[in-house]
Amino acid sequence: MKIVVCVKQVPATTAEKRYTADLRLDRAAAESVINPLDEYAIEQALRLQEAGAVETVAYLSMGPESAAEALRRALAMGGEEAYQVTDDALAGADQWATARVLAAALDKLAPDVALMGMSSDDARGSLVPGAVAAIRGLPLLSYGAELQLTGSTARIRRLTASGFDILEAPLPVVASVTDQVGEPRYASLKGIMAARRKTLETWSLAHLGLSSEDLHGAALTRVVEARPPEAKAPTERVENLGPAEAATRIADWLTARKLI
Amino acid sequence: MSHRTTREHDELRAIVRELATERIAPRAAEIDAGSEFPWDLKELLAGQDLLGTCFEERHGGTALDNVAQAILVEEIARADATTSLIPIVQKLGALPILIAGSDEQKARYFPRLASGEWLIAFALTEAGAGSDVAAMRMRARHDGDDYLLTGSKRFITHGSIASLLTVFALTDPEAGGRRGMSAFMVETDTPGFSAPRLEHKMGIRGSPTAELNFDDVRVPAANRLGDEGDGFKIAMATLDRSRLSVAAQAVGIAQGALDFAVGYAAERRQFGERVADMQGIQFMLADMASQTEAARQLTYAAAASVDAADPDLAYWTSCAKLVAGDTAMRVTTDAVQVLGGYGYVSEYPVERMMRDAKITQLYEGTQQIQRMIVARQILKRAGVSRAAKPQRGTPSA
Repeated sequence: MKIVVCVKQVPATTAEKRYTADLRLDRAAAESVINPLDEYAIEQALRLQEAGAVETVAYLSMGPESAAEALRRALAMGGEEAYQVTDDALAGADQWATARVLAAALDKLAPDVALMGMSSDDARGSLVPGAVAAIRGLPLLSYGAELQLTGSTARIRRLTASGFDILEAPLPVVASVTDQVGEPRYASLKGIMAARRKTLETWSLAHLGLSSEDLHGAALTRVVEARPPEAKAPTERVENLGPAEAATRIADWLTARKLI
Repeated sequence: MSHRTTREHDELRAIVRELATERIAPRAAEIDAGSEFPWDLKELLAGQDLLGTCFEERHGGTALDNVAQAILVEEIARADATTSLIPIVQKLGALPILIAGSDEQKARYFPRLASGEWLIAFALTEAGAGSDVAAMRMRARHDGDDYLLTGSKRFITHGSIASLLTVFALTDPEAGGRRGMSAFMVETDTPGFSAPRLEHKMGIRGSPTAELNFDDVRVPAANRLGDEGDGFKIAMATLDRSRLSVAAQAVGIAQGALDFAVGYAAERRQFGERVADMQGIQFMLADMASQTEAARQLTYAAAASVDAADPDLAYWTSCAKLVAGDTAMRVTTDAVQVLGGYGYVSEYPVERMMRDAKITQLYEGTQQIQRMIVARQILKRAGVSRAAKPQRGTPSA
């Protein structure tokens, strides 16, 4: 049994993001991390491996050269091997192109489960797992609070408004998990040292039998505008006043805005 | 001499910082307030293989270089000085064995130390023998193939929670502290050993500092480190290397205080503006940052000199500890000043950092002892030999 966890490198949630002139994220300007939601997928895969349900855990990432750091960090948490698809033609890839490339790489790796986080912390489209399953013609088990494997099937427990849905499909599948699988482990020092010796292969589009034309120049969509969220007005504080005066001040403030 | 960290160093810093920020920093205030040893964080560090960095891989360690070990301590101390003592003391206690232990002795104890299953402590100081180590009174008498250790130690960090101690005692009182001292490994479940009292301290309050009593504690000869009479040399060689950890701890404490002060200055408004926009505050922050950076670079240079087994390493580690300790004290004091009245109350962490910083000017050689070592080295280089002076305290050392 083999799981390939798809990992995306994203800017740290707290990092200040900037855009380049052609409205792409300026990756050099922000600290990069493994997409935090992908860490839950990694944790799920490693727990299955520790429980003996999986022999091999591998990682796959599409991204610029620097995304190798995210793969090394994933390997430090555990697992055996990692594959990176990087190609100048992929700059600005949208979700469709990403899904296309990941699907081609997964065809090559042929895992029993292609496992993903439920969403990426930067784009938050949540479309890639479904798109990869559609392109590969495989069942999709999405938003699992837990992934279970038997010899021939995969099953997820999905939290709903009224309880849990249990979904099961024959292997191979594409699956995505939520932050309910359990807290991701920290990479141990020995894990980090061991990761330096693990396989990290780099593939170009040509390795996957794809060309820039197949991807329509990496994107079917076009970013027409990008701007930071509007700044909130500064918080007004009512401080160092007696309770009665403070209450009056707050009531006046609310009245002025027709809130009371 | 300059030092640049490697990619591996930066990677280590990133993982320790993540761990320290998420798991250690949130515990720091309660560890301080409750004066309780953070067993949970000991387990956390052990589980991440961070207590075995000074041991070889064949003993279950990770054999990091001294620069990496400094970074580890620095990043933990940035969040909590007490917790940073866990790897610091694990190394301090093991250094006598690393320096003078036989292969058999290392193989016997290092795996349990590297895994963090056992804690170790370094028992050198006595009530009457602090800076003047040679004034030691603890005895080790022959009894058959064993030694019987009798006496007491004071100010022993982790002495009450360690499973193993490296203990220094006089095997030949006539020869005095410098020539008559020997070093031993003592398991703390040996009858006659007790840790009757803990100190109440200004800072590093979660780290137990114990008084230790030895009442005819039987130690096999196989647990003596080096030859009889090697104790003083082993102790000094240990401190020449271990004070690097204190320098790294001081850098971390200073950085933690600086980071908090910067964050506070960016938020706090007075006179209608952020205090970070006031030049008086900016100049303080700039001094704090540049001094901390200087201490850090000197600490890494000293670490590199230990890695290179530089014959002059004591000079470097003493310079680093001297500069870093004073920097930590100054920067944490200024951090309290930047926060004003808020800096003085326990609601904010900088007063704790200021209390913690003080110890880095005291232990593993006071700042005055560091100056003596540095002065001795520069005078030696200049060809000025030491003036003979009558020995005080100990006989014919």
